[in-house]
Amino acid sequence: MIPLSWYLIFAAILFCVGLYGVLVRKNAIAILMGIELMLNSININLIAFWRYRSPDGIAGQAFAIIVFAVAAAEVAVGLALIISIYRRRSSVVAEDMNMLKW
Amino acid sequence: MSTESITWLLPLPPLLAFFLIVLFTNRSKALSHSLAVGAALLSWLGSMIVFIRAISTEHLGLNPFESVINWLPTGNTWLQIGVRVDPLTAATLFFVAWTVLMIFIYSIGYHNYGQPKGEHDKAGLQPHGATIEDEHGHKHVVPSIEPMYSRFFAFIGLFAFGMYTLVVSNNLLTLFVGWEIMGLCSYLLIGFWYQKPTARAAMIKAFLTTRVGDVFMLLGIAYLYTSVGSLSYTDIFKPETLQKLGSTPAVGGFLGLSAAALIGILLFIGTVGKSAQWPLHVWLPDAMEGPTPVSAMIHAATMVSAGVYMVIRMYPLLKVGSEAGHLSLVMSVMAVIGTFTAIFAATIAVAQNDIKRVLAYSTISQLGYMIAALGIGAYVAVVFHLITHAFFKALLFLGSGSVIHGVEHGALHTGEKVDPQNMFNMGGLRKKMPITFWTFLIGGFALSGFPIITAGFWSKDEILAEAFGTGHWVVFTVLSIAAFLTAFYTMRQITLTFLGKPRTESAQHAQETHWTMTLPLVILAVFAVTIGWAGISKSFPVIGGILPNFVHDFIGSTLLEAPEILTFNIWPLVASLVAALGGLSLGWLVYRNQKEGAEDPLKLTLGPIYTVLKNKYYFDELYNTVFVRPAYWVADTFTNQILDRGIIDGILHFIARIASNVGHVFRNYFDKPVVNGFGDFVGEGIKKIGRSIKVIQTGKVQQYLLMALILAFGAMFYFIFTFIQH
Repeated sequence: MIPLSWYLIFAAILFCVGLYGVLVRKNAIAILMGIELMLNSININLIAFWRYRSPDGIAGQAFAIIVFAVAAAEVAVGLALIISIYRRRSSVVAEDMNMLKW
Repeated sequence: MSTESITWLLPLPPLLAFFLIVLFTNRSKALSHSLAVGAALLSWLGSMIVFIRAISTEHLGLNPFESVINWLPTGNTWLQIGVRVDPLTAATLFFVAWTVLMIFIYSIGYHNYGQPKGEHDKAGLQPHGATIEDEHGHKHVVPSIEPMYSRFFAFIGLFAFGMYTLVVSNNLLTLFVGWEIMGLCSYLLIGFWYQKPTARAAMIKAFLTTRVGDVFMLLGIAYLYTSVGSLSYTDIFKPETLQKLGSTPAVGGFLGLSAAALIGILLFIGTVGKSAQWPLHVWLPDAMEGPTPVSAMIHAATMVSAGVYMVIRMYPLLKVGSEAGHLSLVMSVMAVIGTFTAIFAATIAVAQNDIKRVLAYSTISQLGYMIAALGIGAYVAVVFHLITHAFFKALLFLGSGSVIHGVEHGALHTGEKVDPQNMFNMGGLRKKMPITFWTFLIGGFALSGFPIITAGFWSKDEILAEAFGTGHWVVFTVLSIAAFLTAFYTMRQITLTFLGKPRTESAQHAQETHWTMTLPLVILAVFAVTIGWAGISKSFPVIGGILPNFVHDFIGSTLLEAPEILTFNIWPLVASLVAALGGLSLGWLVYRNQKEGAEDPLKLTLGPIYTVLKNKYYFDELYNTVFVRPAYWVADTFTNQILDRGIIDGILHFIARIASNVGHVFRNYFDKPVVNGFGDFVGEGIKKIGRSIKVIQTGKVQQYLLMALILAFGAMFYFIFTFIQH
């Protein structure tokens, strides 16, 4: 059986990829995709720990499903926001969205 | 109604009239004078009922009508006030009621009721006359109605209230209340034409001068109250109380007087002020600035009589310490001051040209007579003279007012600018104003004591007879000389005013006054003659005893021991006759041929003495120098400039400057650097920090995220190291 650490290393790599994407991409949609990657890496962690440590419980699966639901909602809201900003400013570049400052 | 209830009600109608006029009816002149005269009539009616009941009561002196109520709680006892009608009250009520009523009626005519309004008349000034056009288109100037007509009637109403209160009260406290109400009213009425500076000065002078007397009188009343514990006449005049007062030394052993003597002197000073005796006589002649009915009211019927009434009332107290042939100290003082005032004022009256001022000085002189007579114990004669004097002096004043009115009418008619009060501008008014002339003649003869017919003869003769009979030679001689001078200046006045030829156009065109003015003159003239018949001494030759000596029997019964009847003596009668007839003839002889614009013959005869008399012995100037100017100096230079502005203001300014300097130091060395500095430092510091860290708020999401990440890592490492160490 594949050791647990492999899953964890994979999830960490996936998280870092997502994080990198969030921090460096200019396109807001790409940032959103980065966030999805990070969320999914967390989900892998949750499932892996569930399967290897306490396969009798259902808490891990339940958490994963809640994260899915949150991610879906977040994508729906995030995309709607991006569309709205695009309509106003004809841009989806994150750096241009700097209204919230002094 | 019982006599007591009527007596209680006597003063009320004039007071009611006062309030009604002031509050409601002052816009309607007719309503106002109807109210005032109606009130006077009611009081007159009540007084007459009381008078008639009083004279028909046996032994009224022993059992006077009296009614008291508890008024003011004083610890365990009550201060009682009440009314009392004894023979003295009844007699006083009689003349007060008559003169007050006559004066009220006279005032209607005097203030030109029914005449048009003047074009230039202003409140506070005498009316200047109105121009009217008759059917032929000629323009005439006629007297105009007084602008403050209602106000006058309100004031004299209050005045009458004061007098009635004073007369009917049975104690010194309500007497003093009435006394002060009259003081106030005299102030208001003397200054009735308040826009005249002389009237203003006169009102202040009258008020302040009488105030000097009143303060002493109040002291006397207070002393009496502390000694006796009551102010009612009945309590004070109990023989044992009087004896106790007479034997107690005065408080603090003052001059070795007895309590009775000190109280008597204090009360007498009140009379000196009110009845204008020397040295407080100066206000009365100036009081002539008021309208003439006021002069009659104050100088004949009421206020000055009140002073004499008070000492007559207090006679049993003043008498304490007198024995046979020896006067008590208070009575001696009264005799001296009264006698001196009588002669002193009579000499001044000789040299006055203003018709009202002559009468004013004559009043002072006659009041001096009464005070002197009371001083030598001639109780009944004083009351008698008080009554007759009230009538004939009211008559003379109202007559002089009528004369002035007539001459003013002439002055308005001719447009001549003359002083309508100066007797040298008159003359020949006998034919122009016959009623005024005849009544004035009767009044003048009564004042001079024209024998047998007039009332003044009987009362004055009685005073002289008493002075002679009791052996007070100085008093007798001086009063006889004063009587001579009285007759002289009275005849001088009559001759200059009525006899001879008119000396000015105004006198030429003078006109008899309205019936409202002449009717009171006629009525008073009747009294000026007949009232004397009530007091003819039984021992008088031929006619004595035909009529009962009502005055002596009735008034004398006020005192516990009836005064003895003097035996007849020819000398006082001779003195009286010589004084009256001699004075009258001399006055006529000197002035009968007075020419227009000519000097007073007295001036040529007397020379510098005339100037002294004319200037009233320079008493006004003396008082001005000794009292008025120092008072002004103290008020202005000392109190205002030195004390107030210099010392008090100086201290204040000094304190203010110190406070200002301390404040300055605090501000510059504490408030500004420390307090303000701290506040500024905090504020500015926070601003500076904010400014320097605001750069991290870029608005770029990814930077925020990076920062969050770094902090999260930082926190993570921190916790990891912390756990590893443990």
